[in-house]
Amino acid sequence: MPNQSPILKATDLTISFRTPSGLVRAVRGVSFSLAPGETLAIVGESGSGKSVTCKAAMGILPGNAVIDGGEILVDGKDLLRLPEREFCKMRGRKIAMVFQDPLSSLNPIMRVGKQLTEVMRLSGVPAAEAKQRALSLLAEVGISEPERRYRQYPFELSGGMRQRIVIAIALAANPDILICDEPTTALDVTIQAQILELLSRLKRDRGLSMIFITHDLGVVANIADRIAVMYAGKIVEEGTAEEVFYAPAHPYTWALLSSMPDLDTRDRLDAIPGTPPNMVAPPKGDAFADRNPYALAIDFEEQPPAFPITETHWAATWLLDPRAPRQQMPAALQERIARMKARREAQSHGR
Amino acid sequence: MAAEPLLRVEHLCQYFGPVHAVDDVSFSVMPGEVFGLVGESGCGKTTTGRSIIRLYDITDGSIWFKGQRIAAGTLSCRRRIADARRRMRGASPEERTALAAEIAEARRQLREAVRDHRSVSKDLLTRIQMIYQDPIASLDPRMTVYDIIAEGLRIHGERSKETIDGKVYGILDRVGLTREHAHRYPHEFSGGQRQRIGVARAVVMQPEMIIADEPVSALDVSIQAQVINLLSDLRHEMGLTVLFIAHDLSVVKYFSDRIGVMYFGRLVELAGADELFAHPLHPYTRALLSAIPLPDPLYERDRRRIVYQPKPEAEDAALREILPGHFVRCGAAETESYLREAEA
Ligand SMILES: Nc1ncnc2c1ncn2[C@@H]1O[C@H](COP(=O)(O)OP(=O)(O)OP(=O)(O)O)[C@@H](O)[C@H]1O
Ligand SMILES: Nc1ncnc2c1ncn2[C@@H]1O[C@H](COP(=O)(O)OP(=O)(O)OP(=O)(O)O)[C@@H](O)[C@H]1O
Ligand SMILES: [Mg+2]
Ligand SMILES: [Mg+2]
Repeated sequence: MPNQSPILKATDLTISFRTPSGLVRAVRGVSFSLAPGETLAIVGESGSGKSVTCKAAMGILPGNAVIDGGEILVDGKDLLRLPEREFCKMRGRKIAMVFQDPLSSLNPIMRVGKQLTEVMRLSGVPAAEAKQRALSLLAEVGISEPERRYRQYPFELSGGMRQRIVIAIALAANPDILICDEPTTALDVTIQAQILELLSRLKRDRGLSMIFITHDLGVVANIADRIAVMYAGKIVEEGTAEEVFYAPAHPYTWALLSSMPDLDTRDRLDAIPGTPPNMVAPPKGDAFADRNPYALAIDFEEQPPAFPITETHWAATWLLDPRAPRQQMPAALQERIARMKARREAQSHGR
Repeated sequence: MAAEPLLRVEHLCQYFGPVHAVDDVSFSVMPGEVFGLVGESGCGKTTTGRSIIRLYDITDGSIWFKGQRIAAGTLSCRRRIADARRRMRGASPEERTALAAEIAEARRQLREAVRDHRSVSKDLLTRIQMIYQDPIASLDPRMTVYDIIAEGLRIHGERSKETIDGKVYGILDRVGLTREHAHRYPHEFSGGQRQRIGVARAVVMQPEMIIADEPVSALDVSIQAQVINLLSDLRHEMGLTVLFIAHDLSVVKYFSDRIGVMYFGRLVELAGADELFAHPLHPYTRALLSAIPLPDPLYERDRRRIVYQPKPEAEDAALREILPGHFVRCGAAETESYLREAEA
C-alpha cells in the first residue's frame, strides 16, 4: 500500500485560532498521507489538534481559524486554497465526514429520506432515482425496513440507527475519502461493534479510504491500517497498527498505551501526570517533556526531528538519537504486550 | 461473606408507563465492595441507580441500606389484593376466609411499605451519594466550585463557615485541585478537572456508598486513568462501597469485584468480575463480551463477535445460582444445561 500514490497528502499543515487570550497554535506542522483503500487512525490527547486537522481537510474551519501554512493535496488540488465554490463540488463527492454526535449532524425536523436525497438532488440526480439510491443506501448501512425509515424523523430512531443514517448521508454522493471523528464514542459496545463492521465492509466493498479519529485504543486496533499519534499540535509517532501497538517508540505513545485499563490486571493505572501545555505559548522543545519521565535535557531546548525506525515507522523523540542513552519502553507496557501475545496464542490453540 | 450487605436491592421494579425500565432486579453489595452494573444503552442501569437514591418512587420491590428499608414499592401488594378480590366471587365459605386473610396480610404489607418509604431519614439517605456521567451538565455553571461542593453540607444543616471552609478545602486538596480553584466556575476547568469536582461534591458528604454512573465515559484515556486512580484511592482510604455503572467493559472489569449484567430491564447474569469474564454463561453476556475491541491489532483481526438472539423466557425465569456466587437468569429446567456448560 505505501507505494501507491496517495489519495490525500497533507504537508506541514499549520493552523492557529484567534482567541481573546492570544493565538492558539492548534496544529503545528502536521504531515501525513493516505493511500487509496487505507484507514489511517489519528489518536492522541484531547485538544491535540485531531479534529482541527480534519476540519481543515473538509474546508469547515471556524471563522477565527488562521491557516498559517502547508497544503492538503487531493487530485492535485490544494484543499486549503480552494475557492468555496469549488470546494462545494469536492465535499460529499470526493471527501465526506461523519461526526461524533449523530443528533447534532442530523436535521431534527427533516425526514430521514429528505436528508439523504438532498445531496444527490443538489448534484442534479432526478427525484425518483435519488429515492431509489437512498433506499439502497439505507439497506447498505444495515437499516431494516428502509421504506419506513425513509419517512421517519431522527428522534424516532435509536442512537445506533441515527449514526448509520449519518454514515449513509456521508456516502450519498459516493465519496472516495471518509473522515470519521469519533463516530462510535457515544454508542455502547454492541452498537459500536456493528458500526465498525459496517465501516470495514464499506472499506472492502467500495475501496473507501478513511481517516478515523478516536480515543478508544481497542477501536483503533480494530480498524486502523496505520496510526498517527498526536500531541500538542504535532504528530509525534506514526507507523502501521502493529508497529505502534507492539513496538511503540515515543514516550507519549508509551504513556497513552499504559494508561488504559486492560482486562488482565488490576495494577494501578499509569495516569499521565500534569496537563498538556498551553498552546498560546507552546514550549520551545518537545511539548511532552514536562510530563515525560524519560525526558533528556535537550527535550526542553530543542524540538526533536522525526527519527525513522522502519520504512513505515517513525517517532519524533530525542530518545532515538544515536547519542541518547538507550531507553526501553516501561516494563509494565512490555509485560502488557507480552500478555496480549500469550492471549493470541492461547486463542489460536483453542481453535 | 458473613457480614451483612450494605445495600440490598430486592425485586426492584421501576416502570414508566408501559416502559419496564427496571424489572425484578435483585442484588446486594457488601461493605467495601465495588459492584459493577453493565449492559447496553437503555437497559436500565441509570434508572437502577436513581431508584436507589430515591429520585423516583419505585414501582415495586424493596431497597435496604444498612439494614433499613429506604424504598419500597407497592405494585405486588396491590396486585395480590385485586387478585384475591376477584377470586372471592364464587368462592366457597372456607376459601373466602383464606382469601380474606390473604387480603389482610397484603394490606398490612402495603401499609408497611408505604410507611417505610415515607419515613426514611434524610440523614441515612445522605450516606449514599451519586457521581454523574456528564461532568459538564451535572455542575451548575453559575455556581463557583466552592459553592458546588458546599451545597450539600449546607442543605444538610451545616452553618459554620469554618467547618465548611475546612471540609471544602480539604476535599479539593484530596481530589488533586487547589484552594485557588475554589472560587472559579466549572467552565474554566478541563473535563478531567470537572469530574474531580463532581467526585469532591459527592465525597465531601462522607458517604458510605457512592453510585458512580459512567464517571469516566466522557473523558479521554489518559484523564480517565487519573479519575479511576482517584476513585480507587478514595475507595480504600474512606472504605467506600461503590455501585459502578458503565458501558466500557474494560473499565468495569478493572474496577469491580462483582458484576451484574442487565438486558432490557432485567439482571441476566451476576458473578465475580474475573469469573464473569472467564466463564460467561448467559448468551447475552457472551455476546456483550465478544463485542469488546482490545488494543491488539492481530487479535482484532481474528475476533469473532457473537450476535445475541433473544429467546422467549421460561415461565419461571429467575436469577438462579449455577455455581457458588455465579447466577444466571433462567428457568428451573435450564439450570442443568448451564451447569454442564459451566463445568465443561
Ligand atoms: N474555534 C476554536 N477557537 C479557539 N480554539 C479552538 C477552536 N477550535 C479548536 N480550538 C483549539 O485547538 C486545539 C485543538 O482542538 P481539536 O478540537 O482539534 O482537539 P482534538 O484533538 O480533536 O481533541 P478532542 O479529542 O478533545 O476532540 C485545542 O487547543 C482547542 O482548544
Ligand atoms: N423518566 C423517564 N420516563 C420515561 N422513560 C424513562 C425515564 N427514564 C428512563 N426511561 C426509559 O427507561 C429505560 C432505561 O433507561 P436508563 O437511562 O436507565 O438506561 P441506561 O442503561 O442507563 O442507558 P445508557 O447506557 O444509555 O445510559 C429506557 O428505555 C429509557 O428510555
Ligand atoms: Mg476532536
Ligand atoms: Mg445511563
